[in-house]
Amino acid sequence: MVTVLRSVRFTLVFALVLGILYPLFVTLIGQTIFPYQANGSLVTWQGKPIGSMLIAQANTSPGLFSPRPSAVDYAANNSGATNFGPTNPALFKEVKANLLAVQKANPGIPVAAIPMDMVESSASGLDPDISIANATIQTVRIARVTHIKRSDLLRLIAQQEHHSFLGLWGSDYVNVLRLNLALLKKEAMRHHG
Amino acid sequence: MTILHGIGIILIIAITIAVGIPIGHYLYQLFGQETSKTDRFFLPMEKLLYRLIGVNPSVKMDWKAYLRALLIVNLVMMVFVYLVLRLQGFLPLNPSHKPGLSWDLAFNTATSFITNTNWQSYSGEQTLSYFSQMVGITFLQFTSAATGFVAAIAFLRALVAHKKEWIGNFWVDIIKIHTRVLLPVSVVFAVVFIALGVPQTLQGTAVVHTLSGHLQAISRGPIASLEVIKQFGTNGGGYMNANSAHPFEDPSAWTTVLEMVLMGSVSAGLVWTFGLMIKNRKQAIVLYVFLTAILLLGAFVIYASESAGNPLLTHLFGLQGPNMEGKEVRFGTSLSSVFAAMTTAFTTGAVNAMHDSFMPLGGMVPLVFMMFNLVFGGKGVGLLNILMFLIITVFLSGLMVGRTPEVFGKKIEAKEIKLATMAMLVHPFLILIPTALFLSTKSGIAMLGNPGLHGLSEMLYAFTSGAANNGSAFAGLSANNVFFNVTQGIVMILGRYVSLIAMFAIAGSLAKKAVTPNSVGTLKTDTFAFGGVFVAVFVIVGALTFFPALAIGPIGEHFSMWSALNGHP
Repeated sequence: MVTVLRSVRFTLVFALVLGILYPLFVTLIGQTIFPYQANGSLVTWQGKPIGSMLIAQANTSPGLFSPRPSAVDYAANNSGATNFGPTNPALFKEVKANLLAVQKANPGIPVAAIPMDMVESSASGLDPDISIANATIQTVRIARVTHIKRSDLLRLIAQQEHHSFLGLWGSDYVNVLRLNLALLKKEAMRHHG
Repeated sequence: MTILHGIGIILIIAITIAVGIPIGHYLYQLFGQETSKTDRFFLPMEKLLYRLIGVNPSVKMDWKAYLRALLIVNLVMMVFVYLVLRLQGFLPLNPSHKPGLSWDLAFNTATSFITNTNWQSYSGEQTLSYFSQMVGITFLQFTSAATGFVAAIAFLRALVAHKKEWIGNFWVDIIKIHTRVLLPVSVVFAVVFIALGVPQTLQGTAVVHTLSGHLQAISRGPIASLEVIKQFGTNGGGYMNANSAHPFEDPSAWTTVLEMVLMGSVSAGLVWTFGLMIKNRKQAIVLYVFLTAILLLGAFVIYASESAGNPLLTHLFGLQGPNMEGKEVRFGTSLSSVFAAMTTAFTTGAVNAMHDSFMPLGGMVPLVFMMFNLVFGGKGVGLLNILMFLIITVFLSGLMVGRTPEVFGKKIEAKEIKLATMAMLVHPFLILIPTALFLSTKSGIAMLGNPGLHGLSEMLYAFTSGAANNGSAFAGLSANNVFFNVTQGIVMILGRYVSLIAMFAIAGSLAKKAVTPNSVGTLKTDTFAFGGVFVAVFVIVGALTFFPALAIGPIGEHFSMWSALNGHP
């Protein structure tokens, strides 16, 4: 009985310390020193919040870069993957649909040149990044729609490219929202200048 | 596959082991010695906690008293969190007004987190309030790790005790591991995680108009404070449904490497603590060499199969490249592969890629690591499993060479062997029987997210994960139903406590025995030859019990995939 009582006291004290005080203390420090990251890396465009730099968003505009396919339709309050196994016919169906969509949006690209991240769904459904090959393929379409020179778009990708640590951990990639914001800035400058 | 990425994988595992050694040394100072240099700093705070909880630190407990306290406090904490989850709708810090959980889901979740499993039949951002994430989940992620840890420490003390009854004071140990290890590390690295992009806020869901003009609701919350202890306590239960694949839980290659080092360092370090306790570092080194080799082998098997890609997609559409289904670009195949190997070796269960979408052999490695359950293993319990198999190996080799089996100067007799065998056998029993039960029922089959042999792997994976207290999943399984939640809850409890109780009974029996000095007749356990036998024993025991299930699961899927390609469907 003494042990039960002591266990209850332990539970209450430690739930307070570990479940309340510790997260609140960390929140206080985080909100003070790193408010941008602590609130979800939200970014604004023309004064309005338009998303999180870390979260993919659906793109329906052909003049912008598109993210990877999402199993949850980019629902940032409901992350998830297809969880299709490698021999599941549903996987083939999904990849085929993604492949047709890529070919429709970017005509004339040979299948062998299409990187896998362009046709296979991400793990979170919210992958904010695409491979350099993926972005490069999309420049043809974007140049045609926006009348920005393709060489300028390629330079934009190179400027925004995220490099892996000495090639050891991860590969080079580019953040889609970062790239799109740079693209919009470039367009806005061209209209004004 | 590139050489640089291969070096990257080796580097992560090397850093984890290297960081583990000073941690192991520190743990030895804290728990293996009477006083420690850090007493002056931490004792005042601990004395306050003793007063609040009513602990007399000078009381010494035998194995029964120690175990009783451990089990009772675990039960109380589990009931507490069950109530928190049930009453969620009435509790504060719930900006999205989420209702309480159903009884079976609350039971499954409370058992899952108290047993350090972190199986999740729910989707974090959809189901839990900030209060539940903090007071339910984060709280148990500390205490369940601490529980496993003090169990291992108590066992080690028994191992080196000379004709003693007592093995320490449970309350002192469990408070000390919080104040001197888990909490300071968590505070520091939670801030590091925030700096690297992990949110930590009590503000509600952010709603934005995207560049394309759509509405997007972005879930966030106190994630960083959970993320650290999720990894450092080898818990694995994510804040979000997508776990560490979610960019808020794991925003970059740097954070994923940090998560791997956090999850592995203490379990690896405990092997060093063990070596220091028994005053035989060579014993620890032998274990390091073999366990690290197995871990590396597993990581590279996954990496090879994932980077080779899916041959069916090449065959059907002409697509060429690595298997990126269920993987994130910032990690690629190499960081996804090494993470999968480490999360199942250290029985964390966090995932940064979806194991269900791995190639058949890539998905088999996590399954096998959980079946072994001792490639370093989870916090504390991993070391206990290693010691259990060491005892069995000593017994078997003792029989072979005709010597009295002894471990570290203690005679192994019928009682210890019976208990160790029980602890060993409960694992396959808890995996295979429920898998068979569910696969033979209609409602079980209806849960599967994938057809054919992969579906069998999905169910096998779920119960392997539960029994090993891992918590990762082949997540295509629709797990949230009463039948499964209750069964899996029972599997997790038995998987945790049956072997724990058996190991405590062994500890009690060993503590009383005299330490006999080594003689020429002693079977040496700190040699590489013995290490090889040790590996052979756990691989053969594992392979014999699980091979039939693996053969009709991932191995069968692998061969049927290639025969379909070669025109022999």
